[in-house]
Amino acid sequence: MNDHVDGNMLAGALWQVFRPDITTAEGRCATCGMTGPVASLHVYTAAPGTVARCAGCQQVTLQLVQSANSMWLSTAGLSYLRFPNQLR
Amino acid sequence: MSALTPGFRGHRRTESDRVPPGQYLVEDFPVLSAGPTPSVATDGWTFTVVNETGERTVWDWTEFNRLPHESPTVDIHCVTRWSKLDTSWRGVSVDTLLADVETAADFAVIHSFDGYTTNVPLQDILDGQAWVATGYDGSPLTAEHGGPARFLVPHLYFWKSAKWVSGITLHDEDEPGFWERAGYHDYGDPWLEQRYQSGW
Repeated sequence: MNDHVDGNMLAGALWQVFRPDITTAEGRCATCGMTGPVASLHVYTAAPGTVARCAGCQQVTLQLVQSANSMWLSTAGLSYLRFPNQLR
Repeated sequence: MSALTPGFRGHRRTESDRVPPGQYLVEDFPVLSAGPTPSVATDGWTFTVVNETGERTVWDWTEFNRLPHESPTVDIHCVTRWSKLDTSWRGVSVDTLLADVETAADFAVIHSFDGYTTNVPLQDILDGQAWVATGYDGSPLTAEHGGPARFLVPHLYFWKSAKWVSGITLHDEDEPGFWERAGYHDYGDPWLEQRYQSGW
């Protein structure tokens, strides 16, 4: 039985996630579990890309790499980003 | 017809021949860092090589400094587009560090005390191509430039020359590191402008 649908199904839900100001979203550090707004992360820009570290444990939460044509966003150091549900 | 071409100086390599495409020359030494500068003391410092079967070879600071040292002068090229010519280092060749390590691995990961990693093919750090450097320009390597010891593999973009280096692990498979997982090129040849992952 084919019990899944394709990624287009995510469009409606993720539109809510990526539309608001990301800095007000709450992130949870995957290493130490500290939660706080993205704006509270410690950000280092004197590097090949931008690196955001947890304000509590200094582990990397987010990396952003930009070329002329593309952006790569890694959020591997966050266990979640929490956004207000704007459909309610 | 003249037998000599006026102004022809033979095949001496000029400065511009030494600057890869898309790079500019600097005289200073820019400091790049993806986090706070760690304070790595030489007391308790170790450098560890782990081969693909898990065998470990460890040197402490005193033992490391007894190893034969070399003084390479090399050009370095940062992916953020600066290049610096004729940088002078003092360090131990990776050939020396791996001389007694049994391995048939094809890949290496360079590890730092702050958790940074970067991957290189093993053949790219052998045969006089890479060092663990403890000195720069006649002085001990400062913390902001990776001291007490940093990796040095100058024929690849400089993010491969990991600061605050703690060791090398050897692997049968390629294992992308900190920047390579985040969009930067797996190999990073400055002469081919391998800045980002292929196709982007």
